[in-house]
Amino acid sequence: MKKSTFIFNDTVYLKSTGTSVGPLEKAGPLGEYFDRSYEDNYCKEKTWESAEQRLLDDSITIAITKSGLKQDDIDLALAGDLINQNVISNYVMRNYDIPFLGMYGACSTSMETLLTASLLIDSKNFSNILVAVSSHNATAERQYRYPTEYGVKRAESSTFTVTGSGAAIVSNQKSNIRIASVTVGKVIDANQSDPNDMGSAMAPAASDTIIRHLNERGVNPEYYDMIVTGDLSKVGSKILVDIMKEEGFDLSNIHDDCGKLIYSEDQPVFAGGSGCACSAVVTYGYFKNLFDNKKLNRILVVATGALLNPTILLQNETIPCIAHAVALERCE
Amino acid sequence: MNKDYSDIIKRNALKPKYLKNFIIAFVTGGLIGIFGQGLADIYVNLLDLSRDAANSLMSVTLILISALLTGFGVWDYFGAFAGAGAFVPITGFANAMTSAALEGKSEGITLGIGSGMFKLAGSVIAFGCASAYIVGILRYIFFGA
Repeated sequence: MKKSTFIFNDTVYLKSTGTSVGPLEKAGPLGEYFDRSYEDNYCKEKTWESAEQRLLDDSITIAITKSGLKQDDIDLALAGDLINQNVISNYVMRNYDIPFLGMYGACSTSMETLLTASLLIDSKNFSNILVAVSSHNATAERQYRYPTEYGVKRAESSTFTVTGSGAAIVSNQKSNIRIASVTVGKVIDANQSDPNDMGSAMAPAASDTIIRHLNERGVNPEYYDMIVTGDLSKVGSKILVDIMKEEGFDLSNIHDDCGKLIYSEDQPVFAGGSGCACSAVVTYGYFKNLFDNKKLNRILVVATGALLNPTILLQNETIPCIAHAVALERCE
Repeated sequence: MNKDYSDIIKRNALKPKYLKNFIIAFVTGGLIGIFGQGLADIYVNLLDLSRDAANSLMSVTLILISALLTGFGVWDYFGAFAGAGAFVPITGFANAMTSAALEGKSEGITLGIGSGMFKLAGSVIAFGCASAYIVGILRYIFFGA
């Protein structure tokens, strides 16, 4: 079978990152690692959609500022979000003088953009690429679920969309974090159709990508300090570890999930966080910090995405899912 | 070409807390019912209304309370806790309309609030009218005018 994992030999680096979050994420256990936060979900704007635009704009500005680059130095921007027609990214990119490609992979867009940027940098046609994603609890709720003030009992297996945005500059100039390899996901449909249990639907996509990555790189799971999924939540994480065990890989000690890390047990988030920003802010905020402080050497981030929309689900369709993996390594 | 993951997914599924949810819904729904009954009795005794008029006024009062609490951003927490206890009484219907109307505010008065408020409640109204029509015909056939 054709390879889907691409290995880079010291050609691609994560130069800088920027993160911005809402109040609940700030109050969570990783709150201190985020660059900017807001006191309420409106983020000083009038609509939820403008609030999400502000979050995305913030993270992009922070990432560019920290990189020390000027807009002119950035060859390309890759960005995406969850809102119909990728409007948040499209509208925010009005503010920048950077060639832009919008991307969509649901909640996997974080690693989809990072993965694509890495391949493009490795191609030597680009020097610096901006990647960014955003999600907002209220914009996602109104599009995928119910009005925010609708009082309804939520399933314990449902996830809570992270309000925030993460951006990064991927570069060919050496920095302390290199992108070692990437694995492109395949669309996997595990025949699940419950939008209140996306962890179950996405776990098989994650295991498919992780197994291909490990096999194609010829390494054991222990090769990594951590294998982190994007937003499988409590339910999907258990399923992933279980599937991997059946396939002969023990992930029980090194797997964690950004959706579980970003909130604490006592926050009202059901099975955990989800959304593009979930894996983005945890990777670009928390993991970036751990790399900077030499507490991490090598991780595999596997962002999972449920590729549904509410209309097609009403037509009794199942939920196809995808997972993209990016391996990050600390270098001296 | 996809593998069958259904066994693994099934054995890791969370078990819904049916009993706990049943009890919470029974108690909260019951309390709303008692509150409504109390209101109707007060309206009959203090305002000297007929039982029919008092019941209508009671329904409207419950709608007002639920709509106001939705607007203050409180009702969704209560609804998330109470489940069917808050959803089945007329309070749930009021919340469905008010929350959809609030949500539509950013898209303007006509297309945002005006049409948006029926997003969730529209099917309740449609099927409510249809079933009332059918029940009305059946009543006429079996019990006369």
